[in-house]
Parts: sequence; structure tokens; C-alpha cells
Amino acid sequence: MEASLVDWSRAQFALTAVYHWLFVPLTLGLSFIIAFMESIYVRTGDEQWKRITKFWMTLFGVNFAIGVATGIILEFEFGTNWSNYSWFVGDIFGAPLAVEGIMAFFLESTFIAVMFFGWNKVGKKFHLASTWLVAVGANLSALWILVANAWMHYPVGMRFNPETARNEMMNFWEVLFSPVAINKFLHTVTSGYVLASVFVIGVSAWYLLRNRHQLLARRSMVIASVFGLVMSLFLVLTGDGSARLMAKHQPVKFAAMENLQDGQTNAPLVAFGILKSTSDEHKTEDFLMKIEIPNVLSYMAFQDANAYVPGIRDLIHGNTDRNIIPVDEKMVRGKLAVAALKDFKMARKEGDMMKADSARKTFEEHFSYFGYGHLNDVHDAIPPIKPTFYSFRIMVGLGMWFILLFVLTLFFVLRRNPVKRRWLMYAAVLSIPLAYLASEMGWVVAELGRQPWVIQDLMPTSVAVSRLTASSVQLTFALFAITFTLLLVADIKIMTKQIKLGPKDGGTRHV
Amino acid sequence: MGGHAMFENLSHFALQQYWWIIISLLASFLVFLLFVQGGQTLIYRLGRNETERSLIINVLGRKWEFTFTTLVTFGGAFFASFPLFYSTSFGGAYWVWMLILFAFVIQAVSYEYRKKPNNFLGSRTYETFLLVNGALGTILLGTAVSTFFTGSQFSVNVNNFSQWETPTHGLEAALNVQNLSLGLAVFFLSRVLAILYFFKNIDNEEIIKRARKQLLYDAIPFVVFFLTFTVMLLLKNGFAVDPVSGVVSMEPYKYLHNLIQMPVVLILFLLGVVLVLLGIIRPVLYFTRSGDKGIWAAGIGTVLTVFSLFLTAGFNNTAYYPSTFDLQSSLTIRNSSSSHYTLTAMSYVSLLVPFVLAYIVYTWRAINRKKIDAGELEDEGHVY
Repeated sequence: MEASLVDWSRAQFALTAVYHWLFVPLTLGLSFIIAFMESIYVRTGDEQWKRITKFWMTLFGVNFAIGVATGIILEFEFGTNWSNYSWFVGDIFGAPLAVEGIMAFFLESTFIAVMFFGWNKVGKKFHLASTWLVAVGANLSALWILVANAWMHYPVGMRFNPETARNEMMNFWEVLFSPVAINKFLHTVTSGYVLASVFVIGVSAWYLLRNRHQLLARRSMVIASVFGLVMSLFLVLTGDGSARLMAKHQPVKFAAMENLQDGQTNAPLVAFGILKSTSDEHKTEDFLMKIEIPNVLSYMAFQDANAYVPGIRDLIHGNTDRNIIPVDEKMVRGKLAVAALKDFKMARKEGDMMKADSARKTFEEHFSYFGYGHLNDVHDAIPPIKPTFYSFRIMVGLGMWFILLFVLTLFFVLRRNPVKRRWLMYAAVLSIPLAYLASEMGWVVAELGRQPWVIQDLMPTSVAVSRLTASSVQLTFALFAITFTLLLVADIKIMTKQIKLGPKDGGTRHV
Repeated sequence: MGGHAMFENLSHFALQQYWWIIISLLASFLVFLLFVQGGQTLIYRLGRNETERSLIINVLGRKWEFTFTTLVTFGGAFFASFPLFYSTSFGGAYWVWMLILFAFVIQAVSYEYRKKPNNFLGSRTYETFLLVNGALGTILLGTAVSTFFTGSQFSVNVNNFSQWETPTHGLEAALNVQNLSLGLAVFFLSRVLAILYFFKNIDNEEIIKRARKQLLYDAIPFVVFFLTFTVMLLLKNGFAVDPVSGVVSMEPYKYLHNLIQMPVVLILFLLGVVLVLLGIIRPVLYFTRSGDKGIWAAGIGTVLTVFSLFLTAGFNNTAYYPSTFDLQSSLTIRNSSSSHYTLTAMSYVSLLVPFVLAYIVYTWRAINRKKIDAGELEDEGHVY
């Protein structure tokens, strides 16, 4: 397969995913924050709460529209650009996408209409229920697409059927409740809640700095900092869970994330590090400098400070002491599986059942390395180290800062003098773009870190791609890059204008 | 899955048929809901000033997400139940699907952004986006569906990996008269449905007066293009499948045979066509009495007609996505479907559909209880 076709197809998918993810996390979190606010309004009957709710709802609407626009592309791109992938795993992967449509999208789009147009048409309680259902719908859709994504990292609940040449689902519940899926879902949605909380706090801080909409700002800050703080704890817990699952199921990704070249017991965590800019084709990266915390990596991976964590060299070249098979052996076995599948098909065509049976046996024996049969070089199995290494550190570092931000905001808002802490308010405003950065970095770790696989160990991206010309994909890449960028600029301009305008009917009762 | 086996005991073929029915239903509701797209192409034709145009856009704007969501669900359900179609058609007819997607991407923001201050591209641009979505979306979807009967040039290899065999990647479909006829029929039908929908939901004399005049200008081309498509369909050779060997061959008058051999489908088809025509004719003749009822007849008629066309494409041993490049690569509901297990699991999920329909109808009525006029737009908090 043409290398530039694979690269451009990946670039197009990355482009649409990165753009889509600029809008989704805010939808996930803000929908709940709005639901909390409206609940307080319905409980207390305080019209100020209704104004606050409606203000955030306007921002929600602007953001939601562009999230929808960028989302439709992603669903269809599995077919348009990853045609072979769609067949190879469609029997499993298609189901969550369909369930997402039936279960979540309709819920979201139906009740969003009530949320925006129903204030004077339906009762207070029905309206509140609609707002909650929008939040549930948005988060349910995240569940199903993340189940699908998790399955690519950790394929379970299926069996390869050589007759149809695809993976077929054997157990729906194993797919849905796979530990990777559950962890990924919780980690991703809670990251959305944290982002939305930072967003609400940042916008509110801007009002306080300008001495506008004090009540709205303070009330919003309380809700957002409590929500953000609680959800940060879940974020840390599930992040820890991700690390352990990764160490177990995607050890190369784990080693790349740490740039751990040689395996060791009592492995330290690199808290801060700079990689040398020279990088050879075998992806052996050296540190220019690093600050390590002893034993932490071993503990992170296996909950045991003395545990052995394999390094990239062990995983690629093998380590007999640790029972690690080298990649070249996996490649041999993968090629045996690929050849056996061909033999099986041929034998079936010729009606030679004996030969077909023996080919099938060979195939099943080596199937778990099927994807390695398509690699050309052992080093192809190593993901890009630098982006994985740095994005992980940016994500975690910023996550820590947000926790501090929530604590400080809550503390000062409750003591009623946040305006005097102008540095904190400025920091809160500046944190908005940082929240987006952290969120995107999470996906860089997850998706670049699992290269070359589209399905872990079973299918590399080069096999999954649709057979188009690279120039076709370049053209659609340009089309969407321009469109999305224009729409993003429009989105940001509208958002900032709406924030400047503030809530429609004031909301400026001074306390 | 459940305590009492419900779908597990069905044969694989029965499940494949069940899922073809669901796909057909989704497609038929989608075509009905394209009235939103049709309406988007009429904004300037029927709205002469800013207030009138805003009224039209807001009436459509309360429904656009249903069309959009139905399209997305149609794609997801097709992927889950017939993944070989998904991989072959989407990856092969690349340009057609990419253009359709592009048309829907620009729609999704346009309602929300059109009237917002500081919206960067200006109201006219977003209105143009709506126009492009309305025209391109309907014509291309119709053209793409027509290839279910006329075929495309692709091959599927022994591992079910597919390859498109023309460098134009799907655009060649637009050169076929029958495909184009269906594309244009869908375009004009969507405009007809939009006009009938406006009769029921817009309270503004000027717009309605213009819409009444416009109705026949869209209805007549619709009938002409639809008849062209239908006559060609009934007269053409079709793609028959031998149910035992799976071998695909050409059969003269295959689709005519399908309708005769499946009388229920024939009745649905005729009933659908009659209802659509009735929905158009009654408002033309007796506007005051039944002007706002046309959308019901035409809407139900559209659903029945599209539904029966999809059954004609896929049932009665017919290849629904035929390859004219290599007949034996043609997709049938048997050779392109998901496994028995997946179809069973998905069938349980499909039990949610009536529930989904129920809450859609309930909320639709709550929001549409009365016609919309300019006054309501002023009261309402959220205006497009």
C-alpha cells in the first residue's frame, strides 16, 4: 500500500478527530452543569437561577452545533477511508455505532429541541427532565463510541472466522464491559467534566475581573469548582487504571510513553524529562535531562514497587529471561497465519477439506500475531516516542493544575473575596485553552501511542486503509481542513461575543 | 441474551431480512424528513423579506436535527447489519459520500450561527450553506440509492476486501439517466413536502400564498422524474441471485417480477404513490378545507413508497448493491451481513425503536402544538 495514502488517511482522521474533540468535552460536562443549575431553579423558584441556566445554555447551543457538524464525518470515515478495517471488524465495531444512534443521538436531538424551544410550551418539570435527558444522551453517545474505540485497543469477545475473513462477535457483554472500555469511558467523560468546569470558572473569572454579572459568576464558580474537584478525583483514579491496563495489554505503548528503553525492576517514573533532538530510524531516544521518582513506574504498572517493567528494546528484540517474544518471531508467526488463511481459502475453493482443515489449524495457532504478518521491519512495531512521551506529561501536569485551581476557586468564592485575588482570576481565564490542550493531549497518547495498530496486534493502519489515490485523500483533507477551520473561527467569535454580551436580561444583582 | 430466546432461534436469513426491513424503514423516514432540506432550497423563493425568511428558517430549524440524526443512525445501522456494504460503498464511491457529508457538515452549524452576532461568515453565507445542503444532499442521496438498481463498478476479493474500479470513485453514477432521475425526483419531492409542511406550520399569509403558487412548479417535475425512474426500473434487467448457489445473473424485468411476486410490496408501492399524489392534489383543489392535511398523506405516502422500493431492491433473491464490473462481487442481504450473533444482539437493541418513536412523537406534538408566526419568534428565548 502506498505510504503517502496511509499517512494522508491518518492525517484526515486525526484532523477530524482533533476538531471534533474540541467541542465534545464541553458538551459532555456543560450539559450536566446546566442540569444542576436548572434543578436548583426548579427547586427554589429563584428567577436568577433561570437566567444563569439560560446563559450557559446559549453557549452550550453554539458549541453543540459544531460538535454535531464534526461528528458526522467521523462515523462515515470508518467506511470512506478505512474500508478494509470496516469489513475486518465491522461485525463488532458497527454495533456500538448503531446503538449510539438509536439510544443516544435521538435522545439528545429530541430533547435539545424542548430544552431550547420549550420554556413557554411545556411545564417546568418536563423542561427540567429534558435538560437532564440531553446530558444523559450526550454521555450515552460517548459511552458507545468509546466502547468501540476501546475494543480497537483491546479486542475481546470475538473470534476470527476464516470463512468470511473477519472477526465476529461472540459476546456482546464482553465487548461492552471490557475493563478497557469501562475505564476509557470513565476517564474520557470525566475529562470532559473537568474541561467544562474549567471553562465555566474561566468565563466567570473574566466577569469578576470586569466587575460584571457578579451573582452569575459566583454561583457558576461554586457549581463548577465542586463538580470539577469531585470529577478530578475520578479522573485521577481512572487515569491510574488506564496506566495499569496499558502496561498489561499494550506494553510497547507504555514503554514509549515513558521512553523506557531497557526494562528494569523498581522502575522510576520520569516526572520531567527532555528528549535529545537526534532520533535515529530505530527510535532509540536518549534523555537530555530527566527528573525521576524512584519505583513509581513499577508501582503504576503493576502495583508493586519491585515489579519488572519491560523496555522498548526488550519488547522489540525479545528477552528470554522475562519470556518476552521478539517481534521478528511474531512477524514469522503472523506471516504463517496470513499464508494459512490464503491456503484455507484456496483449499475451500478446490473442495479439499483435509487441506482446508489443516490450514485452519495452522491459522488458529498463529492468529494472535496476525497483524505482525503485515509488518516489514521489527521497528515498525514502535510507536512515535516523542509525541507520546511529551503529551502524556502535558496532560498529567495540567490535570494537577486544574485540581489546584478548583480548590483555590472554591476556597476564595466561599470566603466571598475572589475578586481580590486577581492573579487567580487571570489564571482561571488562561486555564481555558490549557484545558483544551490537556484534553487533546490525552487522545494523542491514546492514538499515537498505539501505532502501528488500528486493531492491537491484528491489523496495522497500512492494511486497514481504503484503496484510494493519495491525491483524493489530500483533496478531501484540504476541503475539511479549510471548512473546519472557518467554522472554528466562527464558533470562537460567536462564543466570545456571547460571553461579552452576558446573560440576556442582566443577571447583575450585586451581592 | 434475554431470559426468553426471542431472536436467537431465528435463522440467519430471517435476521438478515428483519434487518433489511429496518434499514428500509430508516431510509424511508429519512427521505420523508428531507423536507427540511427541500425547505432550505425555498427560503429565498418563499421569503421576500428578513422576517419571512426567519420564520421559514425557524420552522425548519426545529426539525433539522431529526433528519440529521436519522441519516447518522441509518449509516450506523447499515454498518452494524451489512458491514460489507459499508466498506464497499463508502470506501469505493468515495466522492459521492464525501460530498454528501460535506453538505451535512455545513448544515449543522448554519441554523445556530446564522443570526448570532459576530458570526464571521455573515448570515448570507449560512443561508447559502442551507441551500447547498438542501440541493446537494437530496440529489446525491437519491442518486446513490438509485445505484441499488443500476449497479456500480467494484470488485470484492476472497477476503471480502473491496476495490472500486473507476477512477471517478462514485461520481460516474451521476452520468446515468435513471440515477439522475431519482436524484432529481428526491430533490423535487423534498420541496413538495416542505411546502405541505409549511401549510401546516406557518401562520403567515404572504408565505402561504407564494407556497401555494410554488407547489405545482415542484410537483410536476417530481412526477416527471419519478415516472422516468419507475418506468426504467420496471423495464430494466435486474440482478437476480440463485438462492442455493448464490450466483448472480441478469434477469429481464427483474424488478417488475419482484413487485408481482411480492404483492404486499406492490400494494405498499401503489398506496404510497397514490397517497403522495393525493397529498399534492387536495391542497391544490380544496386549499381551505384540506390545505394543512397534505403533509400527512404525502408524508405517509413517501414512507411507503421508499420502503417498498428498498424491499424491491433487496428481497426476492435480488442483489441490492450490484456490481456491473463483476456480477459475482454483487452484494446481497445474505453475503454482506453481520454474523448471526451480532444481528441477534442488534435485534434486541431494535426493540428500543418504538420507544424512541413514541418520545419523538410526544415531544414533536408538545413543540408543534400551534402554528408559528412572527410574534412567537419574538417571545421565544432561542431564535435561529
